[in-house]
Amino acid sequence: MTLASAVDLARLQFATTSLYHFLFVPLTLGLGPIVATFQTIWHRTGNETWLRLTRFFGTLFLINFAIGVATGLVQEFEFGMNWSTYSRFVGNVFGAPLAIEGLAAFMLESTFLGLWIFGWNRLSPRLHLATLWIAVAGTWLSAYFILVANSWMQHPVGYKIVDGEAQLTSVWALMSNGFALRAYLHVILAGLIFGSSVVLGVSCWHFLRRHRVEVFRKAAMVALIVAVPVTLLQLVVGNRFGAAVTSAQSMKIAASEAQWETCQPCGFSAFQIGGFTKDDPTPSFSITIPKLLSYMATGSFNGKVQGLNQLQAQEQSEFGPGNYMPDVRVAYWSMRAMAYMGALMFLVAAVGALLYRKQRLERARWFQRTAIVAIAFPYIAATAGWILTEMGRQPWIVQDLLKTADANSPSVSTTWLGISLSFFITLYVALLVLDVWLMRRYASLDPLAEPEDEGEPPEAAPAVSF
Amino acid sequence: MDLQVLWFVLVAFFWSGYFLLEGFDFGVGMLLPFLPRDEAERSVMLRSIGPVWDGNEVWLVVAGAATFAAFPAWYAAMFSGFYIALLLVLFFLIIRVVSFEWRAKSTSRRWRTVWLWANAVGSYGASLIWGVGLSNLLYGVPLNGDGDFTGTFWDLFSPYTVLAGVAVVAIFAFHGATFLTLRTRGAFLGRASRAARILSFPAVVLGAAFLVTTVAVATNRNDKDLFPPVLPAAFGIAALVLAAILVDGRRGWAFAMTGLGAVLAVVTLFTSLYPRVMVSDPSFGNSLTVETASSAHYTLAVMSVVALITVPVVLLYQGWTYHVFRHRLGADEPEAEPAPTLATQPEV
Repeated sequence: MTLASAVDLARLQFATTSLYHFLFVPLTLGLGPIVATFQTIWHRTGNETWLRLTRFFGTLFLINFAIGVATGLVQEFEFGMNWSTYSRFVGNVFGAPLAIEGLAAFMLESTFLGLWIFGWNRLSPRLHLATLWIAVAGTWLSAYFILVANSWMQHPVGYKIVDGEAQLTSVWALMSNGFALRAYLHVILAGLIFGSSVVLGVSCWHFLRRHRVEVFRKAAMVALIVAVPVTLLQLVVGNRFGAAVTSAQSMKIAASEAQWETCQPCGFSAFQIGGFTKDDPTPSFSITIPKLLSYMATGSFNGKVQGLNQLQAQEQSEFGPGNYMPDVRVAYWSMRAMAYMGALMFLVAAVGALLYRKQRLERARWFQRTAIVAIAFPYIAATAGWILTEMGRQPWIVQDLLKTADANSPSVSTTWLGISLSFFITLYVALLVLDVWLMRRYASLDPLAEPEDEGEPPEAAPAVSF
Repeated sequence: MDLQVLWFVLVAFFWSGYFLLEGFDFGVGMLLPFLPRDEAERSVMLRSIGPVWDGNEVWLVVAGAATFAAFPAWYAAMFSGFYIALLLVLFFLIIRVVSFEWRAKSTSRRWRTVWLWANAVGSYGASLIWGVGLSNLLYGVPLNGDGDFTGTFWDLFSPYTVLAGVAVVAIFAFHGATFLTLRTRGAFLGRASRAARILSFPAVVLGAAFLVTTVAVATNRNDKDLFPPVLPAAFGIAALVLAAILVDGRRGWAFAMTGLGAVLAVVTLFTSLYPRVMVSDPSFGNSLTVETASSAHYTLAVMSVVALITVPVVLLYQGWTYHVFRHRLGADEPEAEPAPTLATQPEV
C-alpha cells in the first residue's frame, strides 16, 4: 500500500475518535453548571426538590463525564502515535497549551469532581457546593486551552519557523489569539445548549408520562432560562465567528458557500443541487438570498468574498502547485447542518419559553415530543461544526505551514493503523451502546425515590497511623 | 539552571507522581477479584480509591503533555514507536475508567462482575505495559536518523523489559495492599494485611531484580557509570525491603515505603537514561538526548513558570483530598453509590 493511504487511515481514525470525544465534552461543559445551579438553589432555599434534581441530573452528568475522560486520553496520545511529524513540527507551540491544560485545568476538574461525588457527607454543604463549581470551572478552563491549541492550527500566531520547526515567540499572542477566543465562546455556548436541551428533553419525557410534573417543571424552567438567550446568542456568535474564519481561512468560507468565483455583493445559497465541483460550478437548482453572504462573511452587505478559483490561483503562486481546495460538498453541507440546527434550537427554546409562561408546557404534548427529538440537534450541529472546521482546513494540518499529507507517523504502518482503527470503532460502538442504555435508564428514574446515599456515611476517626 | 535538565527532571517527577498515586489504585484494582468476600467488601475497596483515582490518572496526562511540550522529538518517537503498546494501554485505561463510574449503575450480578474484571484487567495490563514501555527507553529500540522507530511491536519485548513490566505489577500490587491496610477496618483489614505480607515477597524479589538489572543495562547499553544510577536503585531496594519488614506493625510507614519504592523505580530509570531520553539500538548514535529532543528556550521558560505556579497548588489540593478521605472504611456500612431502586421506575 502507499503512504497516502496511511495518511487517509490516520485521518479517518483521528476524525472518528475526535468527533466521538466531542459527543461527551459539550454535555460536560453545559450540564455541569446547570447541576451546580440546582445545588446552589437547594443550598440557598433548602427546598428538597432542588436537591433531588441535583442528584438526578448529577448522575447523568457523571455517566457522561466518565466516557469523556476515557476518550480524552486517546486524543492526547494520538498526536504522537499517528502524527509524529506534526508533533515534532508543532511541539514547541502546540504542546504548551496541552501541558498547561493538564496542570491547571484537568487536575482541577478530576480532583474536585472526586471530592463532589464522595463528599456529600464529608464536607460542609457550602464547601461541597464549592467543589462542584470548582470542577465546572476546571472543565471550562480545560476547553479554553484545548481551543487555544486547535486555533493555532487554524490561525497560527506568535511563532517563528526555525530549522523547519515552529517555535513559540509569544505566549501572550498564542493565548489571546482572536480566533481562539471566538472559538472558545462558540464552544462554551454550544456546551450550554447541550446541557439545557438534555435537561429540557428529559423533563419533557417525564411530562409526557405525567410523571413528577411539579419536579421537572423546575428543571425545565432552568433549562429554558439558559436555552433562550444562549441559543440566540449562539446565532450571533456563530455568525461573527464565521467572519473571523473568513479573514484567517478564506478558502474554508469559500468552500462552505460553494462560491467558485469572487463576488461583490454575494448572495447566500440556502439550498442547492449541484455546483460542488470545479467542472460543475453552477448549481442546477438553488435558493439564494441576495447580499446575505456578504454580510455574514464580512459584516457589510456590500462586502467582497473571494472565490475558490481565485484563492486556488493565489495559493498556488504562494505555495507551489497542488490542490488547495477542501471538499466543497462536505464544507457546504456541514455549514448548513450546523446553521440550520442552530436556528431550530433557538425556535424550540423560544416556543418552550412561551408555553412555559402560559403554563402550558406540561400539557403541550406535541412540544414535549419535539423537545425529546431536539436533544439530537446540538449533537448534529457540533459534529457538523467540527467537520467543517477540520475538513475545511485541508489540505493543511496547520494552516499555510504544514500539509496533512506530510504530517503523519512514518513508523506507523497501514497494518498497525488497520488494527487500531478497527479497535477504536469496536470499542467506541460498544461504549456508546452502553452509555445510551445507562443514560436512558437513569433519565427515566423517579427523582423522588428514596434518596440514595451517595458519598460515604459520616463516621470514624482519622485512621492514618504512622 | 539549564531548563532542558529541569524539564527532564520534571518529566521524571510527573511519572514518579503517577507511579506513587495511580500505583496504589492500580494495586487495589488488581486485588479486586481476589480479596473481597462479598459485595460489601468489594464496595469498600472501590470506595477506598473512588474519590482519588481520577486525580491520580491526571499525572499521566501531565507526564505525556509535558513530554510533548518540552521534548517534542521524544514524544513523537516514543508515542509513534510504541504504537501497539500504547493502544493496549488505552484499551486498559478506558475500560478501567468506565468501570469506576458504571459498575454501580446496575444491580445485575453479571454487569457488576464484568466491570469488576474490567477494572482488574485494566490495572494489570496498564501497569505491565508501562513497565515494559518505560524500560524500553533505556534498553533501546531501533531508531533511524530522523528519530523514527523502525522496529516491530515484538522488539519491545526482551527479558529485561518483561522483567520490568512484571516488577511494576508486583510493586503496584504490594503498594495497593499497604494502601488498603490504611483505609479499611474490621475483618477486611485483617485480610488486606495478610495480602500485603504475601505480596511483599514478589515485590521485593522482582523489584530488586529489576533495579539491579536496570543499573546493569545502563552501564552496558547506555554508556553510564555505575554511579549515580546505583544510588536510587539501592535506596529503592532498601525501601521495598523496609516495607516488607514494617508491613505487620507500622502500616503508615509500610505504605510510605512501598510508595517510595515505586518512585525510586522511576528515578532509577531516569537517572540511568540521562542525558539520553530514548536510547537507540543498534545505532546508538541515533539516540535522542535531552539536548536534541527538547523545545527551544522560550517554550521551556514559559512552561517553567507555569509549572512553578501550578505544581505546588496541585500538590496542596490533592493532598487536601487525601486528608478529607482519610477515614477507615468498613464493610458494615451502606454502599457508596448504590443503584437507585427501579421499583418506582415508569414503563419505558
